Amino acid sequence: MIKIFETFGEYLTLLFRAASRPEKPIMYWKETFRQAHDIGIGSLPNIAIVSTFIGAVSAVQFAYQFRTMNLVPMWWIGSIVRKGMILELAPTISALLLAGKVGSNIASELGTMRISEQIDAYEIMGVNTPAYLIGPKIAAAIFVVPMLVVIAVFLGIMGGWGAGIMANFYTTAEYFRGVTDAFNSYDVFIMLVKAVLFGFIISSVSCYKGYTVHGGAVEIGKSATQAVVYSSIIIVIVNFIVAFILL
Amino acid sequence: MIEIKDIKKKFGDYLVLKGVSATFESGKCNLIIGKSGSGKTVTLKCMVGLLEPDEGYILFDGRNITEMAFTERKEVRKEIGMLFQGTALFDSLTVEENVRFPLDMFTTKTLAEKIERVNVCLGRVNLENTNKKFPGDLSGGMKKRVGIARAIVMNPKYLFCDEPNSGLDPKTSIVIDQLIQEITQEFNMTTVINTHDMNSVMGIGDKVVFLHQGLKYWEGTNKEIMKITEGELFDFIFASDFLKDLRRRAQY
Repeated sequence: MIKIFETFGEYLTLLFRAASRPEKPIMYWKETFRQAHDIGIGSLPNIAIVSTFIGAVSAVQFAYQFRTMNLVPMWWIGSIVRKGMILELAPTISALLLAGKVGSNIASELGTMRISEQIDAYEIMGVNTPAYLIGPKIAAAIFVVPMLVVIAVFLGIMGGWGAGIMANFYTTAEYFRGVTDAFNSYDVFIMLVKAVLFGFIISSVSCYKGYTVHGGAVEIGKSATQAVVYSSIIIVIVNFIVAFILL
Repeated sequence: MIEIKDIKKKFGDYLVLKGVSATFESGKCNLIIGKSGSGKTVTLKCMVGLLEPDEGYILFDGRNITEMAFTERKEVRKEIGMLFQGTALFDSLTVEENVRFPLDMFTTKTLAEKIERVNVCLGRVNLENTNKKFPGDLSGGMKKRVGIARAIVMNPKYLFCDEPNSGLDPKTSIVIDQLIQEITQEFNMTTVINTHDMNSVMGIGDKVVFLHQGLKYWEGTNKEIMKITEGELFDFIFASDFLKDLRRRAQY
């Protein structure tokens, strides 16, 4: 139990140091944009494929059940896919996917830098390494993950439309009637809150696991795995807490 | 000049440094030698601030860095250049960007001025026309030279080298040693080199400190070290029976 508190304290200390004033802001901006590019553009194809098919399979599942019951109009599917994607599927599935891709990447990158003494080289130069190596990654993730989630929502809705049209469940007009019906902007607010929190969790946990690696190649592998596992667990717990508080 | 006074460092219950004191003079190559596990790397890491000594003082030209605040220590660190055992070049940056990094981070020079300075440093280590290459494209010796160029780009007063010859063939090792010696004299730096390479000791060891089991066992010059006839230092210098035999033959 004491170990958990020690680890959490170490994590908070690292975050505090990462938030300190940059030596030369332009260098930090450059690094933040580089990270944003790596996280955003690098993850876009994965997010696009997964969210499109999640939207498609949601539409097919609901259409199958509605047709069996024959009590609910099919245009409702558009509404269900939209609500499901915005409130739950896009932020959570994207975050879990990003935890796997970006989280392991960050942890192994920082771990390799630690083992190969690159972090020590920065320290010797007088660079505040948590601020320079961790701060931009967290800032980039907080900035980019919501964008990816918005794209995921759009592609998920389009995936639902494509699947329904191919299977002849509904017409385009019926589906988009459902998508636009009773739209509540509060849902988007919740989605963005989740996206920002998930971006922070993925980047900060992975940075912590990578930055504090000791040992060699085996430990880097372990830290990357732990970064993914811990991020994913924290994401699903925070997802529940946000839903419980805000819904 | 760098002075270390009664440095002690413990990891868990194991006391690695048991009170090391030494003086490292400016304009000279000061070598710390010793067997693996004798405390060389820990001493060097304490001196550059990567490890905190549990007891003792480290004075950089009279400035005690062990008692300095973080911001003060950062200023001293800007006067330090370091060549790492594995070079520690940044993989994602080109040679030019690696050498330029400290200038980008800590100076207000224009890009043209920075590139000019980078080219001077790369020229000094005989690495012209490698600016756009990545560390992965370079040989071990070239990486070491880029490491030296990066270490001297800010005109440091103090240069630290951790095992500069590890992984290099004997000829390239001599080239690196000579380069470090020339740069030390040219810029009147205080250079501290951590090594167990006897060729380096004989070639550039203006001052040699021998550590044994976390204590300073011997201190002198590379001329004096060859007069040693017994003890731990003798065993270290003439580590193999072959070398001991050669010495015996040379004496008779």
